[in-house]
Amino acid sequence: MDYFLMLISAIFVNNILLAQYLGNCPFLGCSKEKGVAFGMGAAVIFVAVMATAFTWIMQKWVLEPYGLGYLQTLVFILVIAALVQFVEMFLKKMVPPLYKALGIFLPLITTNCAVLGIAILVQRKEFGLGMSLYYSFVASLGFTLALMLMAGIRERLVIARLPKSLQGTSIGLVMAGLMSLTFFAFKGMIE
Amino acid sequence: MSIVKEFTKGLWKEIPPFRLVLGLCPTLAVTKTASDGMGMGAAVIFVLVLSNVIISLVRKIIPKKVRIACFIVIAASLVVSVELLMQAYAYPLYQSLGIFVPLIVVNCIILGRAEAFAAKNPVLMSAADGLGMGIGFTLSLTFLGALREIFGYGKLFGSAVFGPAFKPFTFMVEAPGAFVCLGLILAAMNYLAIWQSKRAGLPEPAIAASCGGCRACAIGESKQIVEG
Repeated sequence: MDYFLMLISAIFVNNILLAQYLGNCPFLGCSKEKGVAFGMGAAVIFVAVMATAFTWIMQKWVLEPYGLGYLQTLVFILVIAALVQFVEMFLKKMVPPLYKALGIFLPLITTNCAVLGIAILVQRKEFGLGMSLYYSFVASLGFTLALMLMAGIRERLVIARLPKSLQGTSIGLVMAGLMSLTFFAFKGMIE
Repeated sequence: MSIVKEFTKGLWKEIPPFRLVLGLCPTLAVTKTASDGMGMGAAVIFVLVLSNVIISLVRKIIPKKVRIACFIVIAASLVVSVELLMQAYAYPLYQSLGIFVPLIVVNCIILGRAEAFAAKNPVLMSAADGLGMGIGFTLSLTFLGALREIFGYGKLFGSAVFGPAFKPFTFMVEAPGAFVCLGLILAAMNYLAIWQSKRAGLPEPAIAASCGGCRACAIGESKQIVEG
């Protein structure tokens, strides 16, 4: 597939959050403030690309040659958990400003379904390494975009007069539905 | 704290996706039809009951610092077995659930219950808790799936419920419908809880927060323990 087409597809048409339902917990949990949302999004981009690289190598060099494909889930989640731990330690030691910005989000990402989801998706779509990395980057970019938009909406929602029972997650989900509907309009761009 | 109470709390009072707001991704993704929702729920029951039992068995052996990693490994091994079982005995279901079968491992319910319950309670209690929560999750998914299937396809469990004049409401089976439906169900549950406690003369309950008691908090806590 064309790289540009994939960019459009991953960000607008098949947005990982709004069309593929991955990563809803941070989407609803970390979208109260734009700064926080941006930090979370950046951390997801960073971790998703690295995790895809490592899990791709694991899959192609270890699991497939030895016929261990069925262990994919177990190995991938361990690779991601270890990776996140190492990235955290590395950033803390070597790049303190970046650690300050992303540090608090990193442990939350281990079990973010978007990261594991992207790693498994690129295997199911049978992409090469370059394509996998590109896909993980644009898909998490789409995640960040949706998260930022949601944070923007939620900052306005704070001052809206909502019925008590709609507050919190429920209005968040309804807003997500409306956003998803908007993104749905892009579907005509790519068949 | 009786076993019955631990079991029944997952069915209504703390029903996972609607009151605890746990495990939203599969709730949204695999509820296009009622049977998909039910199949997903069954897989989650299997993993949740066994992970709760195993974690409860080894809860005194696991060092506190690495407990989240241990929970993840236990859950992941169980998910691998579910994947293999489904491939062997329920292949069409496995295909229609797609990527969300391996993603059970990062479902907040598994780690949330492990951290909040199984790591602190004896085996039978944990099994009851897992079974109750699992059944609650299945009921919610089946309910949402049925709702979306009835209006989106005009069917329930694959058989038509409306006459031939019915025009399917496609919005319901697409992504936006999932979000809006779940949002409105949550609102209805909140409304009910507020109404109930008003009638009983109790203070208003807290609105279910997103991600309450989710693995995010669990892992955040474990980090504090490691550092502290």
